[in-house]
Amino acid sequence: MKDYKKLEKMSKQIRIDALKMISAANSGHPGGSLSAADIITVLYFYEMNYKVDDPDWPDRDRFILSKAHCCPALYAAMAHAGYFDIKDTLKFRELGSPFQGHSSKVHLKGIETSGGLLGQGLSVAIGIALAGKLDKKKYQVYCMLGDGELDEGQVWEAVMSASKFRLNNLTAIIDSNKIQLSGKVKDIKPLNPLVDKWKSFGWNVIEINGHNFKKIIWAFKKAKKTKHKPTVIIANTVKGKGVKFMENKWEWHGKPPDQDQLKKALSELK
Amino acid sequence: MTQLEHTRKGFSEALVEIGQENENVVVLDADVWPSNKLKLFIDKFPERYFQVGIAEQDMIGIAAGLSFCGKIPFTSSFSVFTPGNCFGQTRLSVGFTNANVKICGSHSGIDFGKDGGSAQSIADIAISRALPNFTVIVPCDYFETKKAVHWSARIKGPVYLRFGRSKWPVLTNFESRFEIGKANVLRPGCDVTVVGCGSMVANALKAAKILKNELDVQVINCHTIKPIDKTTLINAAKDTGRVVTAEDHSVIGGLGSAVSEVLAEHYPVPMRFVGVKDRFGQSGAPDELYKEYGLTPKHIVKAIRKLV
Repeated sequence: MKDYKKLEKMSKQIRIDALKMISAANSGHPGGSLSAADIITVLYFYEMNYKVDDPDWPDRDRFILSKAHCCPALYAAMAHAGYFDIKDTLKFRELGSPFQGHSSKVHLKGIETSGGLLGQGLSVAIGIALAGKLDKKKYQVYCMLGDGELDEGQVWEAVMSASKFRLNNLTAIIDSNKIQLSGKVKDIKPLNPLVDKWKSFGWNVIEINGHNFKKIIWAFKKAKKTKHKPTVIIANTVKGKGVKFMENKWEWHGKPPDQDQLKKALSELK
Repeated sequence: MTQLEHTRKGFSEALVEIGQENENVVVLDADVWPSNKLKLFIDKFPERYFQVGIAEQDMIGIAAGLSFCGKIPFTSSFSVFTPGNCFGQTRLSVGFTNANVKICGSHSGIDFGKDGGSAQSIADIAISRALPNFTVIVPCDYFETKKAVHWSARIKGPVYLRFGRSKWPVLTNFESRFEIGKANVLRPGCDVTVVGCGSMVANALKAAKILKNELDVQVINCHTIKPIDKTTLINAAKDTGRVVTAEDHSVIGGLGSAVSEVLAEHYPVPMRFVGVKDRFGQSGAPDELYKEYGLTPKHIVKAIRKLV
C-alpha cells in the first residue's frame, strides 16, 4: 500500500481506535500512541512481511515496541491488519484481556516480547537479529523506542552490541516526540547531539519527520540497504499528534480523555 | 580424603556436551570467560558464543531474543551480576515472557572470598526464587553442576543456576541420582534433619559425622530450591521432628525460607537457620569468612544442639 492517502486514512483510524481503547479502559497513554501512529502504520501496511494467520511464521519481520505503553496504536494496527477484531481491543486493560496495559508476548499472539520496563526492547531485538544471522534468515527486526526511554542505561549497552555484531538486519526507530512523563526531554535529561551520539556508536543514522509517510518509507528502504551496520531512524514527531489539545503536552502522556474530550478528539480526527 | 573440584569446571564441560548434542545451545558471556572456563566452548563453537562485554542487562535481553527464535541461551557471569545486576531484565524479558533462558551465576555467596562483600552474592536465591516461572538450582559439587546444566537445557523456561568459585568437595559421582525438584537424602537419620544446598551440603555431612556418637543426623541435599521437593521435606520433618537449614546465602529469602514455607504450612517443626544473618560480607579467605559468618560444620552442630 504505497498510496499515501490510504496510509494517512489508516493512521487516522489507528489514532481514533487507540483513543477509544484508552477511553474505554479509562486508563492508558494517548500522547505517545498518537506520536507513534504514522510509523506503526507504515510498518504494518507497507514495510513488514508477516502472516496474520501464522503469527509464528519463522521468516516474518519482527516489530518490537520497546515503549510498550504506546501499545494502543499497535493493537489498532494489528486489528486492521487482520490479527483480531478491532472491537476486541475495547477490552484493553481489562482483567483477563489479551490487550494488556503494556503489550505482552505471553498474552497476545503476534506480540514479539513483553514490555513495561523501558530500555529492554532493543536488547531483545538484538537477540532476534542475531538468531536471524545464525539461521541465515532474511527477516528484518524493527524496534521502536521513545526518546525519553534513551535515559535508560541498558539502551546504550544494546547500542554498542548491535554495532559490534554488525546487525544490518536491525532497524531502531526513535519516536522523538521531545516529551516524557513529567516534562520536556531537554529539561529532564538532554539528549543532544542525538544524531552524533548514535553515529559515534557506529550506527547508520537517518533523521526524518516521523509524520511524513514518504520520508518514513524512504528511511526504511535506506535502512534495509545498509551493509555491516545497524540503522537508527530518528523520527521527529509530535506528542499527541492529530489532536490539537493534546499536542506537545506532557500532561497527556498517561491520562485518558473524558467523554467530552474524547468526542472533541474524534471529531478532529474524522 | 574427599576430592575437591571446581563446580565451574563442571559447568564448562557440560556446556560443551550439550552444545554437541543440540545445535540450538548458545552461550552469552559478560566478560568472564576465563573465570568460568568457557574456552572449551568458544574453541569448539565460536559461532554460537556471544561476548557482550560488561553489560549484564543487555546480555539477559539478548538471551531472551535468541530464545524467542528457538535458541537455548546460557548466560555466564557471577551470581552477584546475574541476577544481581539485571533484576529488571531477569524479571521482565525472561521471567514474565517465560523465556527459555538459563542464567548461570558462579562465584556465589561469601565463598567468593577476598573480592569482598560487594562481590559476594547473598540475595540471589531470594530474588530469583520470588519470580514466577523460574526454576532455581544450587548444585553441591562438580558432578551435580554438570547434571544441572544438562537438565537446564531440557527444561523449557527460565532457570537460575547458582554455583561457586572455590573447589568444593566432590560428594556425588557420575551415576548419583539427580532430578530437578527431587531432593536427595544423602545420610539417613532419625533425630534431626539438616537440609543444605551448594557448598553447605559438605558441611552438613561433616556436622553429622561430628555428632555420630550422640545423634542420628539425617542430611538432605536440596539442590532444587524451586520447585522445592515438598514430599521429601515433609517426610523428613515427620521422621525427625527437627530441621536445620544450611546455606551460603542470607537466611532471608533463601533455602531456609523456602523450607520453612513448606513446613509451616504442612508440618510445622522447630527449625534453626544456618546462613548469613542479615549482614553483608567482607574480604577474607573463604574458610575465615565461614568462621566469621557462622557457616562451618561446628556452627551447624551448634544449631542442632539448640534443637535437641
